[in-house]
Amino acid sequence: MFDEAFESLKKQFVLNFLNEDRWKLLLKGLGRTLGITFFAVILGIVIGILVAAVCSSFDKNKESLAKKGGFGYAVFKLANGICRLYLTVIRGTPVVVQLLIGYFIIFKSSNNSFMVAVIIFGINSGAYIAEIFRSGIMSVDNGQFEAGRSLGFTYFQTMRHIVIPQAFKTVLPTLCNEFIALLKETSVAGYVGIEELTKVGDIIRSRTFSPYLPLFAVAGLYLIMVVILTKLVGKLERRLRKSER
Amino acid sequence: MPVLAVENIMKSFGNTKVLRGISFSLEKGEVVSIIGSSGSGKTTLLRCLNFLEFAEEGTITVNGEQIYDGKAGKKMNDAEIRRNRLHFGLVFQNFNLFPQYNVLKNITLAPSLLKIGTPEEIEANAKKLIARVGLTDKTENYPCELSGGQQQRVAIARALALNPDILCFDEPTSALDPELTGEVLRVIKDLKNGDSTMIVVTHEMGFAREVSDKVIFMADGIIEEEGAPEEVFGNPKSEKMKAFLSKSLENL
Repeated sequence: MFDEAFESLKKQFVLNFLNEDRWKLLLKGLGRTLGITFFAVILGIVIGILVAAVCSSFDKNKESLAKKGGFGYAVFKLANGICRLYLTVIRGTPVVVQLLIGYFIIFKSSNNSFMVAVIIFGINSGAYIAEIFRSGIMSVDNGQFEAGRSLGFTYFQTMRHIVIPQAFKTVLPTLCNEFIALLKETSVAGYVGIEELTKVGDIIRSRTFSPYLPLFAVAGLYLIMVVILTKLVGKLERRLRKSER
Repeated sequence: MPVLAVENIMKSFGNTKVLRGISFSLEKGEVVSIIGSSGSGKTTLLRCLNFLEFAEEGTITVNGEQIYDGKAGKKMNDAEIRRNRLHFGLVFQNFNLFPQYNVLKNITLAPSLLKIGTPEEIEANAKKLIARVGLTDKTENYPCELSGGQQQRVAIARALALNPDILCFDEPTSALDPELTGEVLRVIKDLKNGDSTMIVVTHEMGFAREVSDKVIFMADGIIEEEGAPEEVFGNPKSEKMKAFLSKSLENL
């Protein structure tokens, strides 16, 4: 009986992964998933830093700026308003809807669906990353800002040399969480015809009429990627915590 | 000519008048202690001098040059504020060392960013200051590895690294265990012998009496009494000062 089960499993394996070089399809899907995630993370971090910088420095300085008034304050206030609107809209709508809007409306003339996915996931993730960075900056003790100011640093120098290194350490676990979420969220890219990991697994399933192996393989691959990512971030975290007890 | 002359400083938070016209002056090498109960405005006064708060009225003059006028205060641009701030060094109650940098980097960071001297000069000067506060063997340690007293000594060295005209202490020993206050107070005494001009907001009456050239007693946002320590402590004139003193003595 055991032999029988093994034979059947072997047959399934050959059917799902070896026939017609289906493993290559799976590998390509994995590559696309990683590619979308990687570039979206970079875009998300860039957007996140900019938005967090605008919102948190507006919050910290708005009283002294309002007193001074003038053109600079108006521009700053407008930028802050735009950032808040961005955060509200992006966090208030599902990523699949954003992806569909991006693909069928905003970038409808583009046939590079990979790039559209990178942009949409990057913009989506940027909103969450911005809030993560902002919470990190807010978590740094106000005394650190004052120490920097009393030593004659500019606001930018205080942020760059004192606040951000501390904030980064605090937000690293949450940031890692966001990357994991993003990696898995890219599985909806199949909606706009991108053959990433999940879509590829589904394609194999639909061709072989055997759901078990392809879907478990896809799940396993996600799991492995997340475990590796978690390990790497854990290592970085320990290195950054050297200066603490 | 006094190093520091403060004229008629006024400051309020909302409707609460915290400082109601503070004036005093300080000669080079003088140490003045500011005492008074909590809420009397001592810390606010120090923060106004360091431009962490901005007084609504009054002037601040350093070495004969008026660096602040409450009426023009809001129009001061950021660069001016930063330049003026460098006349003062500030040591905080909670040290506020930078936890991600070791002792040496905590001290060299500001002079490096402000480009005061070459990197070699900055480091040599920092090491001299670390030796002066007696922490040479802790040069490479991180703040979390130091005791509170040691951290506060690093904070003093950090403030000294910018060569301020006036060094301000905001209750430098209030966050310390009693057995650690001595080492910090010794460093401050040593600075006095080195001719530093200092303003010390403190609750350490013994220290204020022993080290300062002048004692200022603040109550409700004004200077209630000021003078030589023997006078203020030995022969207080104001009723509030008498009450404050007997209360502080009760706690001993």
